[in-house]
Amino acid sequence: MIRFENVTITYEDATHSTLRDIDLTVPEGELCLLVGPSGVGKSTLLGAVSGLVPHFTGGRLAGRVTVAGRDTRTHKPRELADVVGTVGQDPLSHFVTDIVEDELAYGMESLGLPPDTMRRRVEETLDLLGLAGLRDRPIATLSGGQRQRVAIGSVLTVHPSVLVLDEPTSALDPGAAEDVLAVLQRLVHDLGTTVLMAEHRLERVVQYADRVILLPAPGAPAVVGDPAEVMAGSPVHPPVVALGRLAGWSPPPLSVRDARRRAGPLRERLADAVPQPLPGATPDAAPLVVAERLAVRQGRREVLHGIGLEIRPGETVALMGRNGAGKSTLLSALVGLLPPATGSVSVCGAAPHRTRPADLVRRVGLVPQEPRDLLYADTVAAECAAADRDADAPPGTCAALVADLLPGVPGDAHPRDLSEGQRLTLALAVVLAAEPPVLLLDEPTRGLDYAAKSRLSDRLRSLATAGHAILLATHDVELAADLAHRVIVLADGEIVADGPTPDVLLASPAFAPQIAKILAPAPWLTVSQVERELEGAE
Amino acid sequence: MNTLRAPRADRAHTLHAGAWWLWALGLATAASRTTNVLLLALVVAVAGYVVAARRTDAPWARSYGAFLRLGLAVLVIRLVFAVLLGSPVPGTHVVVTLPEVPLPHWAQGVRLGGRVTAEGLVFALRDGMKLAALLVCVGAANALANPARLLKSLPGALYEAGVAVVVAMTFAPHLVADVARLRAARRLRGRADRGVRALLQVGLPVLEGALERSVALAAAMDARGYGRTADVPRAVRRATAALTLGGLLGVCAGTYGLMSAAGSGYGLWVLLPGLAAALAGLRLGGRRSVRTRYRPDPWDARAWLVAGSGIAVAALMIAASHYAPTPLDPPAFPLTTPTLPLWPALSVLLGLLPAVVAPAPAPAVREATA
Repeated sequence: MIRFENVTITYEDATHSTLRDIDLTVPEGELCLLVGPSGVGKSTLLGAVSGLVPHFTGGRLAGRVTVAGRDTRTHKPRELADVVGTVGQDPLSHFVTDIVEDELAYGMESLGLPPDTMRRRVEETLDLLGLAGLRDRPIATLSGGQRQRVAIGSVLTVHPSVLVLDEPTSALDPGAAEDVLAVLQRLVHDLGTTVLMAEHRLERVVQYADRVILLPAPGAPAVVGDPAEVMAGSPVHPPVVALGRLAGWSPPPLSVRDARRRAGPLRERLADAVPQPLPGATPDAAPLVVAERLAVRQGRREVLHGIGLEIRPGETVALMGRNGAGKSTLLSALVGLLPPATGSVSVCGAAPHRTRPADLVRRVGLVPQEPRDLLYADTVAAECAAADRDADAPPGTCAALVADLLPGVPGDAHPRDLSEGQRLTLALAVVLAAEPPVLLLDEPTRGLDYAAKSRLSDRLRSLATAGHAILLATHDVELAADLAHRVIVLADGEIVADGPTPDVLLASPAFAPQIAKILAPAPWLTVSQVERELEGAE
Repeated sequence: MNTLRAPRADRAHTLHAGAWWLWALGLATAASRTTNVLLLALVVAVAGYVVAARRTDAPWARSYGAFLRLGLAVLVIRLVFAVLLGSPVPGTHVVVTLPEVPLPHWAQGVRLGGRVTAEGLVFALRDGMKLAALLVCVGAANALANPARLLKSLPGALYEAGVAVVVAMTFAPHLVADVARLRAARRLRGRADRGVRALLQVGLPVLEGALERSVALAAAMDARGYGRTADVPRAVRRATAALTLGGLLGVCAGTYGLMSAAGSGYGLWVLLPGLAAALAGLRLGGRRSVRTRYRPDPWDARAWLVAGSGIAVAALMIAASHYAPTPLDPPAFPLTTPTLPLWPALSVLLGLLPAVVAPAPAPAVREATA
């Protein structure tokens, strides 16, 4: 269905080609997963399928890409619109109209389908994606998971034979991600649609894939094959594969179910052991963050109510809950962007909304969901100098942090040209220049590959050991399991669970990390815990 | 009796956007025909009542408040100018005398400060209210009809330009949201998040973000088939161009003729064929577009009633300005208490019809926004 023949793509002004000599075929009706570290050209490859690369982005494409027999060099994206449906990373930038039903019909209108066909397909798609209750809703009022489903629906109504998705579940909570994946499963099974998707959160998707395309490094040839075989040697892999490699299972299991069936002996070996708790929390110190009966309003809506919260120095707390539960609002309240409607909040002994920004940065730092919002300057060096001035720190403080956290990034690089992970680290360095004892992070792992994620984890762990109090809002259960001493679950603006990480994560199947599901009922959470135990036993 | 009740305003029963606009323009025409403060207040009240009764929960429906504030601002500005700069109407009832700023002789005819008369204030109030009433009527149409829906009624040849306009209109709200977000982010850097400087410094990142979003949207639209065209024979293409261009020239010349005193004889005879040619050009041009329309809003009996009520209000007011010019346009000098003329007031009340016949909005549901 999709064929790449000797494809090399080079963007203008680039010294290296983004993709080199890619040769691959995706047969009809397969769910094909594209994996690889950040910056290897996954989005470029996806763009080449829909014709947006190079027609829209510029650059040079050598070789040949054909989709359903049409050469993308002679067909513009709009002439491929009836065979390829594309959903990009951010569904909001995809919407043309403002009502769910109109959005579903938009693509068909462009293709000139007869009205009664459009009507029928819109109804079918509303049912297929479970959107019937939302048909009259303005898109601006939908949650993240609902938007993603509308975006997928809006390209499905055209009945494309190929569906191209760039990180469809990265921004979603575990429940919403399952919904989206269930829909993709149905499309592949019932309609024979060919799906090509890129995703960093492999633990969510790899078990559904029929075939995996691995781009191991920039410019390296693609490895195409059976998911288990490719995963056995892949630099990016989910925890279940890591456990499989550790236990010496070959080929490695891809799903929790496969792993459980083979984990009997491992469970026995670990039966007498107790996982080591994370070091670092100092329970007797006075809390740095205190919120009491905190309520926060946005407009007329009360987004948070009755929040009671304490975070002590050296403690890492994960804040979880579905899209729109109020996680980001809580972080905003802690840095004083939103005043409390009732109740009180204090960070390092001061009420954040009454503190001058210049004083506040020395008490609490927030790395927002979009780290770019924090960066204004043209170069990394200028950004560092500005951060020193803002924080009243001695010159060179931030530059030293950057050199430590981001070795190898030149000072004259533009923040926009950095990868997602590098930009996040730069924002972290900027925030840390003021040495705030309290550090808040909003969805820090969105768009990060496993290597970047583990570097981030190491950094945060050493910051916690140094006595920082860290609060991270995240959908990533593996990160929470790896890092947090305590997990707080928010639902509808209220705290519904607050306790030690193992207790909270093991209590619900939606939040349990893969390792916990495999080794249940024993309370193991991460591969590194198991690894340490096995090493200690030998 | 139940069958006559207004249905719920869901997709199948949306009132045609054009009907709402005709109704609102009818009310606006009526408002432009009078300076009677009581009648103007009545027009605003009628528009406000219909909006309150029939607007939905959609984002565009919230714009009504902004239009109300804008109208109020216009009124206040008009009054402030009348106080500061004086008023052209003569008056005897001095309310207050401000210190007058002496101006050089070349600024003769302009006055700063001085006497403020009750007549001048009343005149300014009427004038300002007229403008405010017009704004409120436009705001009502905006709140009641989705601007994107009007697109569905455009001829095919204009559709793509129309989409561009609507997308541009959603640009502004995004920009406002971006500014708010980036100003908040400044606080995280320890810089002041209020003040003009803060606004200026986020300007560049905001524009950058907006540009990137537009490019992403353009890519998405292209990938979804925006701008696909059908093959049209060359003869048809040429005919389209000739008809449209010639027709528009005719319309321009004809309008000019009608406006100027000299050309009033031939104006109409150039305008009408020009208009016909331009319309034919548009129709032919539509052949290039392969688009079809999904569930266009039907023009049904309710649409006739809503549009008709607006047109009736306008027509009756125009008639009233002939049979009762004084109550509709009471003189500012000498001061008189405005009276509410019975028949014009009753005709304005006709504009309330949509509050009964238009589809009713669904009862408000509290939904979490993400």
